[in-house]
Amino acid sequence: MNAAAAAAALSDERVLIDHSPPAVAAHAVTRRYGEGDTAVDALRGVSLEVPGGELTAVMGPSGSGKSTLMHILAGLDQPTSGSVEIAGIEIATLKDNELTKLRRRHIGFVFQFFNLLPMLTAEENVLLPLTIAGRKPERPWFQQLLESVGLQDRRKHRPSELSGGQQQRVAIARALVSRPTVLFADEPTGNLDSATSAEILELVRRSVDELGQTTVMVTHDAVAATIADRVLFLADGQIAKSLARPSQAEVIDAIQEVTGQ
Amino acid sequence: MTGVALKGLLARRVRAVLTALAIVLGVAMVSGSFVLTDTISKAFDSIFTSSYSHTDAVVSGRKLVDYSNGGNATVSEAVLERIRRNRDVGAAAGALIDLNGDSTHANLIGRDGKAIQSNGNPTFGFGIDTSQPRFNPLKLKEGHWANGPHQVVIDAETAKKHHFAVGDKVGVAASGPRESFRIVGTATYGDVKSLGGATIAVFTIPTAQRLLDLHGYSVISVAAKPGVSANRLISELKREVPATARVRTAKEQANEDKKGVASFISFIRGFLLGFGGIALFVGAFVIFNTLSITVAQRTRELATLRTLGASRRQVLRSVVLESFAIGLVASVIGLVSGFGLARGLSSLFGALGLTLPQTSSVYATHTFVISLILGVLVTVLAGFVPALRATRVPPIAAVREGAVIQRKKRLGPVAGVILFGIASALIAYATLGGHLGSGKSLLALAGGALLGLLGVAGFAPVLVTALAAVVGIPAKRLGGAAGRLATDNATRNPARTASTAAALMIGLALVTFVAALGKGLHGSVDRAINKQVTADWVVTSQNGWSAFPAGAGRAVTKAPGVTLASDIRSDRGRIGTANVNVNGVEPATIARVYHFDWRQGSNATLASLDGHGALVKQRFAKKHHLAVGDAFTLRSPAGKPVRLTVAGIFQPPQVMEVLGGVVVSRQAFDRTFTRRSNSLTLIDGSPTQAGLDRALAAFPDAKAQTKAAYVKAQSSFINTMLNLLYVLLALSVIVSLFGMLNTLVLSVFERTRELGMLRAVGMTRRQARRMVRHESVITALIGAALGLPLGIMLAAAVTHALGKYGVTFSLPVASLVIFTVAAMVAGILAAIAPARRASRLNVLEALKYE
Ligand SMILES: Nc1ncnc2c1ncn2[C@@H]1O[C@H](COP(=O)(O)OP(=O)(O)OP(=O)(O)O)[C@@H](O)[C@H]1O
Ligand SMILES: [Mg+2]
Repeated sequence: MNAAAAAAALSDERVLIDHSPPAVAAHAVTRRYGEGDTAVDALRGVSLEVPGGELTAVMGPSGSGKSTLMHILAGLDQPTSGSVEIAGIEIATLKDNELTKLRRRHIGFVFQFFNLLPMLTAEENVLLPLTIAGRKPERPWFQQLLESVGLQDRRKHRPSELSGGQQQRVAIARALVSRPTVLFADEPTGNLDSATSAEILELVRRSVDELGQTTVMVTHDAVAATIADRVLFLADGQIAKSLARPSQAEVIDAIQEVTGQ
Repeated sequence: MTGVALKGLLARRVRAVLTALAIVLGVAMVSGSFVLTDTISKAFDSIFTSSYSHTDAVVSGRKLVDYSNGGNATVSEAVLERIRRNRDVGAAAGALIDLNGDSTHANLIGRDGKAIQSNGNPTFGFGIDTSQPRFNPLKLKEGHWANGPHQVVIDAETAKKHHFAVGDKVGVAASGPRESFRIVGTATYGDVKSLGGATIAVFTIPTAQRLLDLHGYSVISVAAKPGVSANRLISELKREVPATARVRTAKEQANEDKKGVASFISFIRGFLLGFGGIALFVGAFVIFNTLSITVAQRTRELATLRTLGASRRQVLRSVVLESFAIGLVASVIGLVSGFGLARGLSSLFGALGLTLPQTSSVYATHTFVISLILGVLVTVLAGFVPALRATRVPPIAAVREGAVIQRKKRLGPVAGVILFGIASALIAYATLGGHLGSGKSLLALAGGALLGLLGVAGFAPVLVTALAAVVGIPAKRLGGAAGRLATDNATRNPARTASTAAALMIGLALVTFVAALGKGLHGSVDRAINKQVTADWVVTSQNGWSAFPAGAGRAVTKAPGVTLASDIRSDRGRIGTANVNVNGVEPATIARVYHFDWRQGSNATLASLDGHGALVKQRFAKKHHLAVGDAFTLRSPAGKPVRLTVAGIFQPPQVMEVLGGVVVSRQAFDRTFTRRSNSLTLIDGSPTQAGLDRALAAFPDAKAQTKAAYVKAQSSFINTMLNLLYVLLALSVIVSLFGMLNTLVLSVFERTRELGMLRAVGMTRRQARRMVRHESVITALIGAALGLPLGIMLAAAVTHALGKYGVTFSLPVASLVIFTVAAMVAGILAAIAPARRASRLNVLEALKYE
């Protein structure tokens, strides 16, 4: 896709976002940190397509490049080589402003450490992406969203008055409020206990099923991976294995296999 | 987004307020300067307007000479008679009122036998024709107007302050020895609450003429007959008056009267605003630094906003909006505090002997507009670089621990060196060109100083580590582990420490400059007087610089021990269009008490002064192409001409000249000038203080001092000036104190986890406190290490330029020690709250903190 088309797609508000595959595609992506002797190749030629309407889980040992891949797929970071397309738009050539607009439209991000703004209420935090974009929320959708994440009675609370699970729910609602093309979540349960984790995973799965929300999620948790439609295993900056709807045992086997290499 | 920015600001209230304080003082100074000067201006307005309230036209003596003791030419009684006879004139009255000059002054003597005024505030002595109340600018409050030769009415404020009641006797000293008068009434001048420190005594016209040694009137107020237009009246009057008088409408006259005062007020305004500007400049540094730190601390928050789709422009706008809000709040607070500060400034001037007239305070629109705009502008400009830095926070920083803002290549040090180079060039231009004092060179000097400060602030981060190593030695030696950690903390973010110190540096550089310059001036004044005056004792007026009655000079000759007393008369005269100081000396004795630096002639030349001879100052002779033997005409303030011949040329020092432009004999002076007053009487011999005081008892305006005391008193105005400058510069030092406080508060906040860890591994509360305090003192000392040399360098350059005035550079060692100690105290003060916070930290909470 050329730059003119990209610009046209960005400027035309009425463009209908096609959720048919792929929502995000990467081709031969590498990412090198640092230079010379201390250089680290975090990604070494990753190609993948994230199909629309599916939940893709990314697993792999610590340092295998999961977070790096997420950041690049989400347009937060640029690959050292290779190309990334988000909603059909090649991001390598985009200027900061264009990339920002692309993120507004197509990307939702859930962080391990919630990253809520402490001075805003839960509701205001959720609405923040729309506020930033200068858009008005569609009230029914917003209500539905708050209900489905279970925050109706917490909307006026500030982050410091919420539990970790509640804060993460706010963060998920915030990521979903602009109906992004893809939702990225990097270890969204990494900071939560197992019961709360289960609730959050259930919420993520539900958003895929009910809203058709394309989602990419990094996790270390084999149980979490079993709710995915597809699980990618990263090792040493490369995709080592890919499983469709695996069972918990299959996931554990795969982890051992990948780590054992 | 706006809402988000403002909510963020509200959440960081305390920090926002601390940031705002940096600009509050500067704005307060600006608004205070305006309120004060507007108020004074209005007071003078009403003084001058009420002087001519029921008057259509004013006839006054033409002003031929500026700053004369004797005042302008007077208008004779005959002129008044002529005016009264004019068919268009309804009424006319003459008066002796000179608000601008020195000609209608009569000193009131307090119950202690001393003059009420001794510090230079006006002592008005008016002669008023009270039979024509419509022209009388004063309003009687008690008693009746004076109607006999021994009666006086004094202003109500003075009566109250000095416990005089109607019926009391009061001493008055005008141009002759003191006399006793009975107070028959009290009065106020127009609607003015207070004429500042001025006292007023009102006499009958003949009494005033006698006391003031004036003939005729200083002004004649005229009212037209009903039906006669003011224009017609004026053109009628113009035909009646001599060439030495002028006719004006009341309004013109009031404006004319106001001219001198107006330029004085605008000088004071500029002077005060200058210090407001300095405080704002320092405030800008503080704002810049504080916002830089907060932006750095909010990296994660800003990055999150970026991942949520905020564009760079939005981030920029939100940070700029934040500084705008801070600036606006600060400016409003500053504006209002300025109203109070105006009163403080007024009493500051009062304490220095310059009491200014007051009415109810004036809050003009321009005070509001300028204060607010200035405060907001400075804040937003200072916050702009941090705001730009905020836009460089990459979205990825939201997810990556320890991500830092990508720095553009560090331009600071290079830019700093370049700025410093330009500054040095400007200062060299201003001080080496030999024309310091011209507007251009003063501008270059001020610009150079400003750029120099900015330049040093620019490359200071490079110096911080080295400086901290030096000024941190005591902390390391005495502070133990806490002291060592403090030194490390001070250098771990050199840019932050540098700009915190830079704010303090500005104030310290300026006070150092002032101290060094003051010391240089002091020396030059002392030398100049010592070179000229060879007398043992000196008689001056109480304030040391105005003229005193000639009679006092004669009186001291009678004191035991006085070998000779040589009077020096003084007034201003005019040669062609040039104004010149004129002195009358005793040719027979002057050379024994005054040293002439002859260029042409010798002490023998003095004998030729008895006729029409005159000595001329060399600079004046050059400028007006006068050589020995040339004749020229000198005119007195009253317009009386005298033909003189240049007999000799001498050159007094360029500062503190005792004898000025043209010197004639006392006899010639007395023939030409109406007002016989002395600037000095120089005494040889060995009289006693008590003897001289007794001889001067009738002249409370005059006082006798030994030469040493006289020299000291003459340079004491420099001390007064220095004190004023110190007080005004203290303001910017206080501003930088807020800066240090801010940095510490933010650093302690930032290091919460670290402090918790230190406490967990065994640091005591005391040590934590000490660590913060040492860091603060080190920062302050870095400010001193940067500021003092800068101030000294600037002073060295300026004293060099003033070399021809006998100013030499000398290091004000005592002042430097005091300023260094003051910087340390500032550091300790700034650290009080942050140190307490650091020591009160709950260890568990701190470690949990995320
Ligand atoms: N900013 C950085 N600079 C240098 N190296 C980095 C940086 N970020 C990541 N790395 C390196 O890149 C590799 C991949 O890191 P990444 O964070 O993607 O791993 P990860 O799979 O997310 O690990 P974890 O499961 O621990 O979160 C690691 O070796 C890491 O040390
Ligand atoms: Mg990771």
